[in-house]
Amino acid sequence: MKARSVRIWTIVHRWSSLVSTIFLLLLCVTGLPLIFHHEIDQLLGYAPTPRAISVGRQKATVDEIARAALAANPGKVLQYIAWDKDEPDIVTTYVNDVADGKPDDAIVQDFDAHSAELLGPVGTGPMLAVLKLHTDLFAGKPGKLFLGGMGLLFMIAIVSGVVLYWPFTRRLNFATIRERQSSRIRWLDWHNLLGVITIVWAVVVGATGVINTWAEPMLDTWRARELASMVAPYAGRPAPAHLASLDKIVGNARNIAPGLEVAFIAFPGTPFTSSHHFAAFMRGDRPLTSRLLKPILLDGETAEIASTRDLPFYLKALFLSQPLHFGDYGGMPLKIIWAVLDGFTIAVIGSGLYLYLARWRRTCGRRVHLHVEARAAAAE
Amino acid sequence: MSYSDKPSSRPNWRNAYGAPVLIGALSLSGLASALLFGKIGSCFAWIGVGSPIIVVCYVLIAKFCRAR
Repeated sequence: MKARSVRIWTIVHRWSSLVSTIFLLLLCVTGLPLIFHHEIDQLLGYAPTPRAISVGRQKATVDEIARAALAANPGKVLQYIAWDKDEPDIVTTYVNDVADGKPDDAIVQDFDAHSAELLGPVGTGPMLAVLKLHTDLFAGKPGKLFLGGMGLLFMIAIVSGVVLYWPFTRRLNFATIRERQSSRIRWLDWHNLLGVITIVWAVVVGATGVINTWAEPMLDTWRARELASMVAPYAGRPAPAHLASLDKIVGNARNIAPGLEVAFIAFPGTPFTSSHHFAAFMRGDRPLTSRLLKPILLDGETAEIASTRDLPFYLKALFLSQPLHFGDYGGMPLKIIWAVLDGFTIAVIGSGLYLYLARWRRTCGRRVHLHVEARAAAAE
Repeated sequence: MSYSDKPSSRPNWRNAYGAPVLIGALSLSGLASALLFGKIGSCFAWIGVGSPIIVVCYVLIAKFCRAR
């Protein structure tokens, strides 16, 4: 590689890293507790657990759960009812002032799947603040898109780092740490080693993080194109005068999609359906198919199937990118590995900053030295 | 993987990128396996995605042994 190419790649690597350093450190540091958010919520008492006595009993009907949610929140309307595949004894409900109310105004509560008893609110602990800081810096959509931009800079820093790995390590054996050299060289070796062995993980987590920041625009596109064409034949239908039985909704959705389970149902008027239809989002039981949802529209009054189709590729990419970003799909050992690799990334970012500052100090020192020498020579 | 401070005599692509490519391939297959193959896939993912941790442990143990 020519010296000029190395200089250009060095500039790209230095500035793409430096500009995003603070935000990447913030993302890595806040990401660390988020890997264990479920365990932390449980530890702090913010994760409702099902009543042990009711486990094994026959499950409550969906209508009973809905009635319990409305009774617990008088004056509110239901937006969604969701079932977590890992928590079969819990049903989660979302109520709001109006059907198309803002997500931030929604009250999310867990109910016992057997007794329909209220277990408690969801996502109200300190981890919610960590999550907001991690996803949008408390700045909503602009904050999300900004962090997405920082993620793209991270990708550029990784690519330029891979290119620069060759000129810096070509004469060294793999994983060499030159212990007898200065601390700057030792940190350079650790920076190169930790950076190069975590490339694939960092690219996957970084790229899926960037995709997640585009979730809202993707959902907007799906609503404007796919959902609009699904509900087009029913244009002009008024909101249902009375809602169909939710058990009938769930039953009919299961019948039309055998082998799939309901992940959540969206009530008429919510952003995931039309003003006249329920939408049941179905998932498979395999690790991969459980991530890919299939929407089914059902008539709000009669529960008859209105339309169904697969998600477009961009939403499939979004749903598949989520576990690859969160690291929550391979049990506790994978979570621990995720946390250690996150720690390695913090070390790479921190050592990169140290290397830049050490070099900057040395360059400044040399300049001052030359300046002093020049003045002394001039005085003579 | 050999652990030595001494520079190797000739620059060599395989020497520089061989191990990182292997670790990258292991990591990628580990990330995909847990998503595609359930429990067995998860077990492989722990090894594949965890391979960078194994390398760091190796370097630290080698350093500790040499210090003694």
